[in-house]
Amino acid sequence: MEECKPPPLPSPFNNTTPPPTLLAQGAEAHLYKTTSLNPSIPAALKIRPSKPYRHPILDRRLTRQRITSEARCLAKLVREGVSVPALLALDWEGHGGTEGGWGGAWLMMEWIDGPVVRVVLEQWEAWMKQSQSSLSESQIESEEARVRDLLRKMGSAIGVLHKAGVVHGDLTTSNLMLRPSADTSGAVDGAGSPSTEGDVVLIDFGLASQSNQDEDRAVDLYVLERAIGSTHPRSEPMFDALIAGYRDSYKGALSALKRLEDVRLRGRKRSMLG
Amino acid sequence: MIAIGMEGSANKLGIGIMLHPKDGSPPQVLANIRHTYVSPPGEGFLPKDTARHHRSWVVKLVKQALKEAKVSVEDVDCICFTKGPGMGAPLQSVVIAARMLSLLWGKELVGVNHCVGHIEMGRLITGATNPVVLYVSGGNTQVIAYSSQRYRIFGETLDMAVGNCLDRFARTLHISNDPAPGYNIEQLAKQGKQLVDLPYVVKGMDCSFSGILAAIDGLAKQWGLGGEEKAREDEQKTLDSTTSADDSLESKPTRADLCFSLQETVFSMLVEITERAMAHVGSKQVLIVGGVGSNERLQEMMGIMARDRGGSVYATDERFCIDNGIMIAQAGMLAYGTGFRTPLSESTCTQRFRTDEVFVKWRD
Repeated sequence: MEECKPPPLPSPFNNTTPPPTLLAQGAEAHLYKTTSLNPSIPAALKIRPSKPYRHPILDRRLTRQRITSEARCLAKLVREGVSVPALLALDWEGHGGTEGGWGGAWLMMEWIDGPVVRVVLEQWEAWMKQSQSSLSESQIESEEARVRDLLRKMGSAIGVLHKAGVVHGDLTTSNLMLRPSADTSGAVDGAGSPSTEGDVVLIDFGLASQSNQDEDRAVDLYVLERAIGSTHPRSEPMFDALIAGYRDSYKGALSALKRLEDVRLRGRKRSMLG
Repeated sequence: MIAIGMEGSANKLGIGIMLHPKDGSPPQVLANIRHTYVSPPGEGFLPKDTARHHRSWVVKLVKQALKEAKVSVEDVDCICFTKGPGMGAPLQSVVIAARMLSLLWGKELVGVNHCVGHIEMGRLITGATNPVVLYVSGGNTQVIAYSSQRYRIFGETLDMAVGNCLDRFARTLHISNDPAPGYNIEQLAKQGKQLVDLPYVVKGMDCSFSGILAAIDGLAKQWGLGGEEKAREDEQKTLDSTTSADDSLESKPTRADLCFSLQETVFSMLVEITERAMAHVGSKQVLIVGGVGSNERLQEMMGIMARDRGGSVYATDERFCIDNGIMIAQAGMLAYGTGFRTPLSESTCTQRFRTDEVFVKWRD
């Protein structure tokens, strides 16, 4: 089947040089790479196109609610010093291409350079599988220690997020990035196992909300646990490192982790009446 | 191979006869008849009354179906019945009839999951190969995708079903239940213009409707639009066809406006969760099944969404969407073909029977 074309960009992005390049397309939003202020400063552009199947009034209301809630979370987190992309600009009522009509809403953020954790873990798992036989026991141990350390950093980043009073709502390894620190950038050992150096940055707050409830925090962790279990089977046994990193990151972590035990038992299956 | 399907999980009693030709050519519908228990306006159907209806009609319908299909009892291979999910009393009355026929004619029984019946019938009629399925009816609201021998539930309602929400609002407005409350809401909504603000509740791939029903019931009360009198007035107005020319936007909403707003809101929620599931599993086909699936506005909205994703929507009309016997016969025969049987001692029914409990042996 033919690939469908993404909807036209809202102004001014239909008119910028170089034109924004499409990076990813979800059900709700399209992510582009563009520049901000000056062509040498890269920026990430998230567009929520209007949904023509919805009544226009409902469409505007929902799009505006969602994009402003995402922006509020980002702004709050930047203020609290959590490592998330900074918010640069926002328009909840973007103007579409030619007719000057409603073209959805957009949000521009700081560009984060680096791979998403999903890619790092996938590369690592593939590399381990391939070279396992040639590695000594101590080498395997040190490799696993490196990944444990990465998971610990992820846990502590999530802890800092929760401490700031925000829950992510959709934690997966695709929504965590690894930004290499300035001195190690470029020093990735090409042939071998991928670097796990750098800071963990949280992205995509499209489903985030402000909450201080243990329940919401526990669900956040549970979602990530399930996501790691289904996409990174080899890293799953090391999830305890993430929990440890989370535990040490803020005071309320213990009660959230206690709640996680209940959430695990509950799952999401329920029996339904006819 | 010929199977009789018997369905009675809610207020429709359906008897269907399907033929799966031995040479592997496409299955044929030999008979598809249905009798609906219609309750008076402003009331829902109670289990005991519905069960009584089914008991008094089932023999007549089976005889009529056999006559219409021009098959004799000897030609029938198996008797398929709805095992669940559904309302207890109506389910039971149909299971008893199925058991009786099985003993009387010496035919084997096949218990069928109602939801799987809908999915298999939809797949057969539309020819969709591996779609994301939106199953919307008076009792169920689920987004389903097939994966390794199970129909897996990606999203579902957290409280009431979407059809139940529409039906109960029809009760508030005293709209007729004939042929179906949802159908009459759809017709009334076509005259609606103004969108009133209603809650919009989507959580990931799940959704919830009870708050919306409470909100719109409250609006109907606030504007004095509910109840029997208003329903009669409305009927008068359409008879006189003296449409008042007040098209000013922020005016008092009408009954039609409320139906319109309710449909726009809940259907947007359904399309949104379906789109999410499609993005998640990377599918471009959507199949809508269940009674609410015969709503043309829902089909239209789903069509726009699918088109924008470069895919297409598959929907059927009321003969196959609304509960019927042939869907039970179709799903039952697929299971029967893989050797599945329900022995008499296990020919029970259950109100709770999840779609993903069924092992789908007939697909790979």
